[in-house]
Amino acid sequence: MVPLNSYLILSGILFAIGTAGVFLRRNLITVLLSIEIMLNAVNLSFVAIGRYLGSVDGQIITFFVMTVAAAEAAVGLALVIALFRHRETLSPDAYTSLKW
Amino acid sequence: MLLLIPLLPFVGFLINAFLGRRLSKSISGGIACLAIIGSFVVSVISILSLLSSGAVSAEVTAFDWMSSGDLQIPLRFRLDHLASLMILVVTGIGSLIHIYSTGYMHEESDPEYARYFSYLNLFAAFMLVLVLGANFPVMFVGWEGVGLCSYLLIGFWFTKKSAADAGKKAFIVNRIGDFGFILGMLLVFVTFGSLDFQEVAAAAAQRAPEAGTWGVMTIATLLLFVGATGKSAQIPLYVWLPDAMEGPTPVSALIHAATMVTAGVYMIGRNAVLFEHAPTTLAIVAAIGVATALMAGTIGLVQNDIKRVLAYSTVSQLGYMFLAMGVGAYAAGIFHLYTHAFFKALLFLGSGAVIHALAGEQDIRNMGGLKKYLPITYWTFVVGALAIAGFPLLSGFFSKDEILFRTFTADTPGHLLFYAIAIVTSLLTATYMFRLVFLTFHGERRHDAPAPEHPEEQEPVTVADAHGGHAPAHGAHAPAHAVASPAPVLSPHGGHGHGHGGGHDHTPHEAPWSMAIPLILLAVGSVVAGYVGVPHALGGNNRIESFLEPSFEAGAAAGHETAAPAASEAHEPEAAHADVGTERTLMALSVGIALAGIGLAWYFWLANRRVVEGITSAFAPVHRLLLNKYYVDELYDAAIVQPVKKISTGALWKGVDAGLIDGTVNGVGLAVSGAGTGLRRLQTGSVRTYAFALFAGAISILAYYLFS
Repeated sequence: MVPLNSYLILSGILFAIGTAGVFLRRNLITVLLSIEIMLNAVNLSFVAIGRYLGSVDGQIITFFVMTVAAAEAAVGLALVIALFRHRETLSPDAYTSLKW
Repeated sequence: MLLLIPLLPFVGFLINAFLGRRLSKSISGGIACLAIIGSFVVSVISILSLLSSGAVSAEVTAFDWMSSGDLQIPLRFRLDHLASLMILVVTGIGSLIHIYSTGYMHEESDPEYARYFSYLNLFAAFMLVLVLGANFPVMFVGWEGVGLCSYLLIGFWFTKKSAADAGKKAFIVNRIGDFGFILGMLLVFVTFGSLDFQEVAAAAAQRAPEAGTWGVMTIATLLLFVGATGKSAQIPLYVWLPDAMEGPTPVSALIHAATMVTAGVYMIGRNAVLFEHAPTTLAIVAAIGVATALMAGTIGLVQNDIKRVLAYSTVSQLGYMFLAMGVGAYAAGIFHLYTHAFFKALLFLGSGAVIHALAGEQDIRNMGGLKKYLPITYWTFVVGALAIAGFPLLSGFFSKDEILFRTFTADTPGHLLFYAIAIVTSLLTATYMFRLVFLTFHGERRHDAPAPEHPEEQEPVTVADAHGGHAPAHGAHAPAHAVASPAPVLSPHGGHGHGHGGGHDHTPHEAPWSMAIPLILLAVGSVVAGYVGVPHALGGNNRIESFLEPSFEAGAAAGHETAAPAASEAHEPEAAHADVGTERTLMALSVGIALAGIGLAWYFWLANRRVVEGITSAFAPVHRLLLNKYYVDELYDAAIVQPVKKISTGALWKGVDAGLIDGTVNGVGLAVSGAGTGLRRLQTGSVRTYAFALFAGAISILAYYLFS
């Protein structure tokens, strides 16, 4: 039996990878993928803790997160396509006109 | 019944104010005249019923106006003998002036005509409230109301700047006096716990007269007197009255000669008991009165505007009334008020007829020789002038001599000096009045004077017209007229700007009947009005004095025996006999003075005009001083108006308003916008930065919960 700590550590590593991806990558699609990684890191810890506590709550929340993530991916990709059509680039630094 | 007296003119005001625009002249003028004549009839009936009832006063309470703790102020009117005389003057002379106005103002448009009559009726209503009010606040309502109407009527031709300015000046100067009046009123309430005239008089009678020191009654009466100096144009607040001549002439006659300006005298008479207990105030009243009389008399001697001469004469005569009040001769003061109302209204209306005939000319240097064109005006004017000069057996003679005699025999400190000044003033009065008569009506027609200093009184519409016709003719004819012009010269003034249409000849025309009849009635009044007060010395019994006496005593309401007034009046019968010789001597002296004044005027301005020019140039500085009215206007301007303007502009406007208030408001705005300018730098627009901020925030919150 794999102990709970291993799951949590793996989850933390995945979350860190996702966070780094969000902040460091220069491609909006990669940023979206990194967000998915962060979400899945959280899903992993939910499921692991649910299993550890003998409850199904973790799995239920995970299903919710997956549904929302699917919707988010759809909207996010649609935005990315619209943005690309607009500026011919996917670097987030190109989209800074929403300021003073 | 009493309520109807002020109410009738008020109803006339309401009709003309709200419906006047749609009424024709004859209807709006008729309503106004009916209202005031109705008020006169009601006054006569009320007075007759008062006299037949034998009571000292009759009163009517309309409703409780203010009721708060100790302060009970009913809206109450009280008719006593003093008020009777005043309402007869106000409604009687008021009626005549209303009738005169229907002729004088005939060239105004319909709405203007109705506006004029609505103001005139409103004035009459307020004046009657002032006179009939049974307590200080009700009197004050009338007091302020007549001030308002005075402002409205002085500025009646408000498109003319000088008229609008004169209205404002009158209002502001009066406001200063009113401030004193309010303070005096408050002090009276604090001291006596009542504002009703009779109760105050009764309470004051309980006290000993305040001798020497500055007691509360002295201060209260002085404050009230400040109000009187404003309303009745005494030093130092007289400056508004000469400027008030910008108003239509009937207004000058009604408000600025016969009624409103005498309100201060009336107020002192109304509070005679109170003033009697403040000898210091009385001495000040007498001194100010006599100083005003002399000063205004000297100014009147050199003025060239017919109405201004009369205005200074009014100020001077008001000074006489205050002198009478100040020496305790209340009945004599009120008597002079009453006779003065007749002859001064007559003189003003006569000057109005002259101005009307000459299409707005007011400069007496441009008049002369009008006697043959305006016979009715001339003769009535002469009667008025004789009356004011104190010509024997005319009304002014009786009242003025009563004042002079009472001043001579008074026990006020300095009464002989007052008497001497009053006699000199009486000489001046006779001189300047007959200067006016001779320059206006006698001699040759002149139009060679320099342009008038003051804008002519004229309907704004016709000003341009009259001047347009005037200017070229002036240049062409001037030299010829200056030397010797045959009498019926074509007057450039006569024909133009008068709106009588074609066929109007160029000679001055006599007043229409609506103007002539009041003149004649007032002339009759100026002759006979004095016979109610024939002094003992001439075999009369001075009925007006015994008639008015109850109003000056406190006993009426409370039944207290009054100390001071009773004492001063009690010796009257015995003293009268002893003084008959003195009185006759003084009378002969003042008759001599009056005749001398008329003679001087005849010598200087009719027989021998060269002499006057010689004197004028010999005493040029004095002449200039008088012509410029002792530079009092300039002095006030420099001492009060300019500093106030400077403080207002420099400190209040630029300092407090623009600096402090605007500064605070703008400062708050600037601070917010400055903060915004700084804070907007946070809004970079970079998604990465926002994400980092979000992340950092989440981490911080997490850290806070984990490690605290």
